[in-house]
Amino acid sequence: MRLGTAGRDTAPPAVEALLRRHRLRAWELAPWLVAVAVYFIFPGYLALGAQILISILFALSIDLILGYAGIITLGQSAFFGAGAYAAGLLAAHGWGEPLSGLVVGGLVGAALGLVSGAIILRTQGLSLLMLTLVIAVMLQEAANKAGSITGGADGLQGMEVWPLFGVFHFGLYGRTAYLYSLAVLFLAWLLARRLVHSPFGRSLTGIRENEARMHAIGSPVFRRRLVIYTIAAAFAGVAGALLAETTQFVALEVLGFERSGSALVMLIIGGVGRLYGAFIGVPIYMIAQDRFAQADPVYWDFWIGLLLILVVVFARGGLIGSIEQLLHRFRRRR
Amino acid sequence: MSVALETAGLCKTFGALTVANAIDFRLERGARHALIGPNGAGKTTFVNLVTGALSPSSGRILLEGDDVTALPQAQRVKRGLARTFQLNTLFRGLSVLENVCMAIGERLGVAGEMHRPAGSRRAVVDEGYHALERLGLAEDALRLVRELPYGRQRLVELAVALGLEPKVLLLDEPAAGVPSAESGIIVETIESLPAEIALLIIEHDMDLVFRLARRITVLVQGGVLVEGTPQEIAADPRVREVYLGEHAGR
Repeated sequence: MRLGTAGRDTAPPAVEALLRRHRLRAWELAPWLVAVAVYFIFPGYLALGAQILISILFALSIDLILGYAGIITLGQSAFFGAGAYAAGLLAAHGWGEPLSGLVVGGLVGAALGLVSGAIILRTQGLSLLMLTLVIAVMLQEAANKAGSITGGADGLQGMEVWPLFGVFHFGLYGRTAYLYSLAVLFLAWLLARRLVHSPFGRSLTGIRENEARMHAIGSPVFRRRLVIYTIAAAFAGVAGALLAETTQFVALEVLGFERSGSALVMLIIGGVGRLYGAFIGVPIYMIAQDRFAQADPVYWDFWIGLLLILVVVFARGGLIGSIEQLLHRFRRRR
Repeated sequence: MSVALETAGLCKTFGALTVANAIDFRLERGARHALIGPNGAGKTTFVNLVTGALSPSSGRILLEGDDVTALPQAQRVKRGLARTFQLNTLFRGLSVLENVCMAIGERLGVAGEMHRPAGSRRAVVDEGYHALERLGLAEDALRLVRELPYGRQRLVELAVALGLEPKVLLLDEPAAGVPSAESGIIVETIESLPAEIALLIIEHDMDLVFRLARRITVLVQGGVLVEGTPQEIAADPRVREVYLGEHAGR
C-alpha cells in the first residue's frame, strides 16, 4: 500500500510531524540542569532534594498509568511500600548492597502490580479506584500485623546499607543520596520517555482517549493496561527502595494511601499525562511544604487545597498545560 | 467458503427483554448487504453481538466458517472483522493521521512495541497518510479530530475501519448526521471499496440503502422479518406495513 513516490525528503508536513515527535527538545534537559545546579548551589538541602527526586519518581509512576492509560488509582503506595520493605529487609538481614536492593525493590513492586492488576484491572472507574485503595490499605495492615518482620508501627530497625559501588557512603549531608537518586530518576525518565513515545505508549493514549475504539481496532486492551500497570508498579517499587536506602529506615507510612493522594495532588498541579508534570508539581509542593508547613501545618493544607482548586478549575492540564497554552498563543500572534 | 459471516440462532436477552431473537443471517463474500428496520429493531445490538462488544445469550457466530462466538473483540478484528460506529467513536484528542495510524499499527501487529519510537515506523505513517489522501482528508491530517466538523469525522471513522483492511465491514449508519453536501463522498467511498470486502450497512436512509445494497434484510423486534433483493423488499407488503408511518411519504 505504500506509495514509492513519496521520497524521504519530500514527506508531507503531517507525516514529518509524526516522524519527528519523539525527538528530544532542548527544554527537556532543563530539569536535569536545575537538579545538577542545586547540588552545587544548595549543599545544605540535599537531604530534602533527595526526597524530592524520589517523590518525582513516584509521581512519574502514577503519571504512566493515570496520565497515559487513564487508570485512576489511589493505591500506588502499595508498590512503593513493598519496594521499600523489600530493600529494607534485605539491608536489615545482611545484604546492604544498594543497587541490587533497588532491583529487588522494583521486582517486588512489579510482581505485586502484576498479581493485583490481573484482578482489579477488570473493573473500571469508581470500583477500580476503591480496589486500588483497598490493596494499599490491606498491605499496610498486613505490614502492621507482621511486626516481628517489619517492626510494625515502630518501623524497620537495623538497616545497614553498604556504600554505593563500595566507595560512596550514604553520609549525613546526603550528597551520595542526592546524586544516587538523581541518577536513578534520570534512567527511569529515559525509560518512561521511550515508553510513552513508543507504539505501545501511543496505544495507551488511545485507551485513555476511547476504549471502545481500541477494542474495535483489535487492540488487546486488558493486556496493555496490565503491562503498564506492572511497569509503573516497578517504578514505584524502585522509588520505595530508594527512599529506604537513602534514609536507612522504613516506616509503615510508606504504604499509606496519603502518599498516593498527595502524589496525585502534586501531579495534578504539575500536569497529568505530560511526563513532566511530576518534575514541576512535586518540587513546588514539597518545597512549599518544607518552608511553610512547620510554621503552621493546618494553614499549609488550606493553601495547597486552594492551589489545587484553582488548577482544576482554571488550568486543566496543570501548570505545564498552562505553559503550553501560553506558548501556543504566543506563536499564533507572531 | 463463500460465506464471510454467518449467525445461527443468535439470541440476546436483557432480563425479560429480547433484543435479538434467533437471528439466522448470512453475509456472502463480497456482499453489499443492508440491514434495515424501524428504531429499536435491534440493528446496533446485532452489530455489537457480531463484533463481540456484547456476548449472546445463545446462538453462534461464524467468521469465514470459523466459530468466533467465544472470541473477544480484538481476536475477531484480527480475523478481518471491522466496524464503524453510529456515533463517532474516535480518539478526539489525537490528530486525524494518528487515528488512522493507530488502526494500521494494530493490524500490522506493531502496536505493542516498546523499544522504538512510534514515528520510526515510516511505513505505518505513510500508509496512514495515503489512506487520508484517498478520502480527501490529507489537508486535515494534523488537526485534532475534535476540531473537525461532524461530517469530516464520519470520514475519519471510515478511514480508521479501512485501515484494518477488513474482510467483513459493518457500517453502522455511515452517513448519519452528515449534511447532504458531504454525504456524497461517504457514499462514493463505500461504492469504491474493494469488491471482495463483504459489506453490511445499517441504514435509515432508504435512498442510500437502495443505491448501495444488492440484498436487504429487514429486522423487526429483534428478529428477521424478511430478506431479499431491493425489489422484493420494496414490494413486500409486510415491510410496507412496518414502515408505514415512518416512511409513509415516500
